[in-house]
Amino acid sequence: MTAAETLSRTPLHALHQALGGKLVPFAGYEMPVQYPAGILAEHLHCRAAAALFDVSHMGQARLEGADAAAALETLAPGDFTGLALRHTRYSLFTNEEGGILDDFMTTNCGDHLFLVVNAACKAADIAHLRARIGGKVRITELADRALLALQGPQAVAVMARLLPAAATMKFMTFATGKLDGAECFLTRSGYTGEDGYEISIPNAAAERVARLLLAQPEVKPAGLGARDSLRLEAGLCLYGHDIDTATSPVEANLSWAIAKRRRATGGFPGAARILKELADGPKRLRVGIQPEGRAPAREHTPIVDRNGATLGEVTSGGFGPTVGGPVAMGYVSAKAAAVGATVQLVVRDVPRPARVVALPFVKPRYYRG
Amino acid sequence: MAQVKYSKEHEWIRVEGDIGVVGISDYAQQQLGDVVYVELPAIGKKVTKGGEAAVVESVKAASEVYAPVAGEVVAVNDQLTANPALINSSPQGDGWFLKLKLANKGELGDLMDEAAYAKFVAGLS
Repeated sequence: MTAAETLSRTPLHALHQALGGKLVPFAGYEMPVQYPAGILAEHLHCRAAAALFDVSHMGQARLEGADAAAALETLAPGDFTGLALRHTRYSLFTNEEGGILDDFMTTNCGDHLFLVVNAACKAADIAHLRARIGGKVRITELADRALLALQGPQAVAVMARLLPAAATMKFMTFATGKLDGAECFLTRSGYTGEDGYEISIPNAAAERVARLLLAQPEVKPAGLGARDSLRLEAGLCLYGHDIDTATSPVEANLSWAIAKRRRATGGFPGAARILKELADGPKRLRVGIQPEGRAPAREHTPIVDRNGATLGEVTSGGFGPTVGGPVAMGYVSAKAAAVGATVQLVVRDVPRPARVVALPFVKPRYYRG
Repeated sequence: MAQVKYSKEHEWIRVEGDIGVVGISDYAQQQLGDVVYVELPAIGKKVTKGGEAAVVESVKAASEVYAPVAGEVVAVNDQLTANPALINSSPQGDGWFLKLKLANKGELGDLMDEAAYAKFVAGLS
């Protein structure tokens, strides 16, 4: 059994190969981790100009029905009934224990909600939605659509040329439009900390639109490696690493994603634990960690105090190309979570000094109008 | 004339007298991608054949550099600490890692020469 026989491909698979992408298995898909330019150059190009990522492995779904927003509120702590038309929100599916099943984006498209979920979770998410709210809400997985992320400070210049209406969209808003004749769902969003767009397009038009975007002078392709270092510098969680079924939204420092109204009313899975943690504080907290030396601290690196007692572990860590040094995030017990606290990272059995720092490492540049 | 030999783990060793200069191959640096950090051993450290001699980290991951033969570390390339990208730009030149005083020159016979290594890499797809 070879990987190629068991892995899914996105509609851009042939393009990745043509561009010299190094394809690796990721969440059941064969995806480009990098192109010949390399992760460092791709990361820096995204921060300086614009990068195009294939994120078609992610799940896209439509929820239809008069009660769709109210039904979704029984599964996630967001304020979806109060979500303004053509606005997008980040939210979390929680379980009965207050852990996180997935994080996702949802947009109010008027007659339906548009959801984007993680690739590794999409089958479980769709099953969860069908089982829990399928009686009230029509759930359609949009497997016929690809998803591109155009990210970087010059993404807006590209869109101003190709789809001028998109240039004035604000961060976390939605519009439809045509790119090279293909019907697009656009959100001004992304997961790099940069301004940019996520562009949902029919599979049949995906390669054509991707080639059109790549033909723009500002745009270069970037793979999952750069996507990971960009989101880490932006302090954004990667599901299955920084958040999972054992972490609550409060521990994950995602309390901002628990809507004010929902804090009062509850009614989402795990509300008892989550609301208690909001009131009393969590036992542990996801924090930014800045190693003082040059050695990167990778996922699962133990975080200890000066006496060697365990405080927690790194959940994402590596080299931040824009920071120009190692960066990490991880969980530490609440008493050690204050910004400025000193901790030790045990890398290859050697404790190395580090500090708890505020996230993100790189200031986001979202377009808020 | 100095001979260069290669291990299956993609280290090279260039032997001059009883001293071997050790680094990683061009194939290895291509597989790693951009090198951002190197950890070198202490001078005087004794390494075994196939034992960990150094650590090299790319943006993506950390990897061990193994000693292709046993010996004692007599020098390390301090330039790599400030400029780890030398490993990408000059893997078999300025990007060398360390020098070993060989414990047993006979172990060199277990390594591949240039032609055998080229064939080995070609077979890795």
